Amino acid sequence: MFGRSEKSVALAEGVAASAEVRGRSLWRDARERFVRNRAAMVCLAVLGLIVLFCILGPLFAVWSNEEIDWVIMGDVRGSGGPSLETGHFFGVDELGRDLYSRTIQATTTSLLVGLIGASMALVVGTIYGLVSGYLGGRVDAAMMRVVDILLAIPLTLVIILILVIAGRSFIVLFLALGAVSWLSMARIVRGQTLALKGREFIEAARAGGVGEVKIMARHILPNLLGVVIVYASLLVPEMILAESFISFLGLGISEPNTSLGSLIAEGAGTMAYGTIWQLLFPLFFYVTIIITMFFIGDGLRDALDPKDR
Amino acid sequence: MTHMSKPLVAALLAGTMLTSQAFAAGTHPVTGEALADDQTFTYRVLDEHSSLDPQVVEDVTGSEVVRDLFEGLMNQDAEGNLVPGVATGYEASDDKTEYTFTLRDNAKWSNGEPVVAGDFVYAWRRAVNPELSSPYSWFMELMSIENAAEIIAGEMPVEELGVSAPDDQTLVVKLSAPLPYFPQMTTHATTFPAPQKVIEEFGTDWTKPENIVSNGAYVLTEHMPMERSVRERNEMYWDNESTIIDRVEALVINDENVALTRYMAGELDRTEIPAGQFPRLKAEMPEEAVSFPRLCNYYYTFNLSESGPEVFKDVNVRKALALAVDRKIITENILAGGQPQAFTFTPAATAGFEVPEVEMASMTQAERDEMARELLAEAGYGPDNPLKFSMIYNTSDDHKKIAVALSQMWKQKLGVEAELGNMEWKVFLEERGNQNFELARGAWCGDYNEASTFLDLLTSPSGYNDGKYSNARVDALMQEARTASDTGPLYTEVEQILAEEMPVIPIYHYAGVYMLDSDVGNWPVDNVEQNWYSKDLYKIAE
Amino acid sequence: MFAYTLRRLLGAIPTILLLITAAFFLMHAAPGGPFTSERKLPPEVLANIQARYGLDQPLWKQLWDYLTNIVLHFDFGPSFKFKDRDVNDIIAQGFPISLTYGTLAFLAASIVGIALGVTAAIRHNSWVDYTAVSLGIAAQALPNFIMGPILILTFTLWLGVLPGGGWNGGQWQYLIMPVIALSTSYMGSIARITRSSMLEVLNSNFIRTARAKGLPVRAVIWRHALKPTMLPVISYLGPVFVYVLTGSVFVDLYFSTGGLGQAYVGSALSRDYAVLLGVTILYGVLTVFVNLITDLAYAWFDPKIRY
Repeated sequence: MFGRSEKSVALAEGVAASAEVRGRSLWRDARERFVRNRAAMVCLAVLGLIVLFCILGPLFAVWSNEEIDWVIMGDVRGSGGPSLETGHFFGVDELGRDLYSRTIQATTTSLLVGLIGASMALVVGTIYGLVSGYLGGRVDAAMMRVVDILLAIPLTLVIILILVIAGRSFIVLFLALGAVSWLSMARIVRGQTLALKGREFIEAARAGGVGEVKIMARHILPNLLGVVIVYASLLVPEMILAESFISFLGLGISEPNTSLGSLIAEGAGTMAYGTIWQLLFPLFFYVTIIITMFFIGDGLRDALDPKDR
Repeated sequence: MTHMSKPLVAALLAGTMLTSQAFAAGTHPVTGEALADDQTFTYRVLDEHSSLDPQVVEDVTGSEVVRDLFEGLMNQDAEGNLVPGVATGYEASDDKTEYTFTLRDNAKWSNGEPVVAGDFVYAWRRAVNPELSSPYSWFMELMSIENAAEIIAGEMPVEELGVSAPDDQTLVVKLSAPLPYFPQMTTHATTFPAPQKVIEEFGTDWTKPENIVSNGAYVLTEHMPMERSVRERNEMYWDNESTIIDRVEALVINDENVALTRYMAGELDRTEIPAGQFPRLKAEMPEEAVSFPRLCNYYYTFNLSESGPEVFKDVNVRKALALAVDRKIITENILAGGQPQAFTFTPAATAGFEVPEVEMASMTQAERDEMARELLAEAGYGPDNPLKFSMIYNTSDDHKKIAVALSQMWKQKLGVEAELGNMEWKVFLEERGNQNFELARGAWCGDYNEASTFLDLLTSPSGYNDGKYSNARVDALMQEARTASDTGPLYTEVEQILAEEMPVIPIYHYAGVYMLDSDVGNWPVDNVEQNWYSKDLYKIAE
Repeated sequence: MFAYTLRRLLGAIPTILLLITAAFFLMHAAPGGPFTSERKLPPEVLANIQARYGLDQPLWKQLWDYLTNIVLHFDFGPSFKFKDRDVNDIIAQGFPISLTYGTLAFLAASIVGIALGVTAAIRHNSWVDYTAVSLGIAAQALPNFIMGPILILTFTLWLGVLPGGGWNGGQWQYLIMPVIALSTSYMGSIARITRSSMLEVLNSNFIRTARAKGLPVRAVIWRHALKPTMLPVISYLGPVFVYVLTGSVFVDLYFSTGGLGQAYVGSALSRDYAVLLGVTILYGVLTVFVNLITDLAYAWFDPKIRY
């Protein structure tokens, strides 16, 4: 698979080069290159399968995600393992609830949390960092000091306050996640912008009388995308784990619903007690998501790299 | 080693033992068991202690250490009975408002100075002093010591406290109300003596290992906050000869699963067993997994105040919910640590408390479920009109499991839709304390070993009555119990009223569920308050 | 550059003041106080305690007293939870511990992570790349709450070679597990960012030109590619450095190290106001300082950067 992907990248580059000649748009170009990236496409397919599993999986479930199997409950270690007979394909959790249904529900939740949380960080962090870095000087100093302060303010307090003010809800959870995740993104983007704005092509654009906003959007932003996307793909697993802490504080997901972070944490605590499936199934989905994020991120980075054109 | 002849090795070993361990090695004076050479007891604590100042300490962890470092007037034995401490005995006036304690003349502080009655006077005045603002100053009020309440409120100088030392060996306490169990209360850390000179010299730093002077069987020799504390034999202790354990280490290990792993690796002599793991461990290590009743209860309380939901004002709804709880599943399948099921608010282990007959306890679960369905139908709820409410608990694995099980029992048996909400501890306390809930988790551990410590909770004036349950008869009975000679019938009636009106749903009563190394001798499993003293323990040779 | 540094250092003072003020009011706005407990204190006892800690004063007065005590006496106040200790004491005891294992974990994560990332990028799409990528993913896939129990089970219970926790003055046996547990997930992220940044740089025109000129690959990488590669890595490392320096709550809780990481979360949960503020200030000072260093590093790695 990897050998071929190398070839396909080379191929993609060739195609891209010829595309340049034909003067196609940046986005169309990028899409084509992405489609030719075998690893990224495979991962996109895997991610699609996971989504599909989240949608169709419940149709095959024998148990709901909240029902307790009272028969198994007292002997989870002995008879709670994965089994077709009992209808618990992934086994049961410590309370005797079906892990198959719970994993599906958790994966759905965590995928949403990861993707939406990371996208919020991506949008807010990129714009903030871009403006700060590009404008520079006092504006930059002030904007970055704000980031410093927000980085240092105890997150626990902020989340508790959000909970008190806004109450528990899914949307508030995303706000909380977004609120904590864009800071590093902003710093990274600003650092890159600082470097980019000194480059010849930006100076040339400015000398040519291109407006500031246009320079930011047309000339700097495309050059940032590689780093931004890679960092955003790193944020997805981070968000998935951060959610479990936020839910611990009482904001976010509450029982009987759960998330991958919580399931993994529960499974990790009891890993030595003979119920290892409670860790392995959620961990499998978590790791699969990380891997797909890695290669999709990589593929996007390659595809969007303006220098490759 | 191969070059050495066996007798030589044996002689060398014997030599080292003689020089360094002559004291520890030997047999137990009473039981005759062979004692281990290394008399170190290592146990796990959940969190760093709040303080080691006897008048300030407020947490269980800290009290355990303080009980080793300091000795009060009286101690408890392995069954929780009162035995002499610094005092050899006491006399009470006929009306039980004045107690005179006689102090032993050989009690010493770890710096060699004698422990005198004045040390107690100093300590007790300190405990009520608004300047120290001890969070446990209310305990002196509870002890009914004359003027304690006024001093705490800042209305009188501390010198007015009803305690005096006519001479070094005599301590006289005057009470504002007769209190038959006053001597029992002197086993509490707040009443332990304090070394005035040391405190005045070092201020709040006086409890640091390099400064502390104490009068108990041990002295604090090391304290690495959040990591561990070490206490070692106090050579000055009056009964030092009977002390067998030389060194006690308390390791702070926050995660109970990690603690269990470290216990398995032999790093600990005692740790708590995580919920659900007791049966497995008992089967694998029958000698080491122990369980015994504790003086705590676990319940859910209805919000019966103005802000509470209208549905819970219907006693049938409350009873239906309480009946449908299958306590056996919770105690045997979730906790599985030998916890007793609870049908009364007061634990059966409480001294002098006879568990009264309540209807629910004698029914089978099937009968209870049937009755629950009937009651709920009577209240007007059924499949077409499901009962809905929300329930809150503070975030913790065990609370979560119980809450989930409860909601599922109600859902499957009664079609009730209970929405679960977990909260961070302080938010939870705040919400529950302000009656900002519908159904909330609660638990209470006895301050002393008597039923009123639990039942007072459900009286109208109680500050801990978060559900705002109010019943004039209960209030009157509990008032009467304060001075009654035979409290049994009173408590029985209170419990029966509670069973009838069901302001709270009792779920289970606590058990101490420990892994306790089989070489630890004399752990006081019969002391329901779990007031243990390291000086009474010993390590058996393996 | 000197003037810039000086300006930034002076600018740090209002930043920290703003941070203290914000944290102070957030803290008091959070429900529950340091003395909220299951056993509600009687009002007169609570009044005494609040008077002792000055909590009966108006908020602005409390803030003012707090600030004056810091400026005049460098006194950050008493802990409300650990009543025998004050904040100076708690930080003086916990910070060196966090600093030790944090610095080691940071070094391990950045050295291994950057090396992995650079190697992977140079041998893009070779088995070296895939190995490095897999290692990176594995490191990221095992968050520290899985690493903690796995390490203790393996090294303490099964192999019996390492103590299961504690600090013991920072002896090496006690350091190994905390450092591994803390460094792995960062290692994965650092490798990832380095790799993609390096790939980007290797693709850029000036490197292509350099290579076209026939310069040896090694020289191109060391002399030209490495410096620009480091820019996003450094942006990422800044906050990570501050985070690991002040310790990790997971490491402190799993390995009983006694570090400051748990104080950060713990004091917020127990509403231990003074400790919370003290730790926040420490965190804030480190953030400001490390971000200054980051900005200076930018200039070193890319001399064309202007602020």
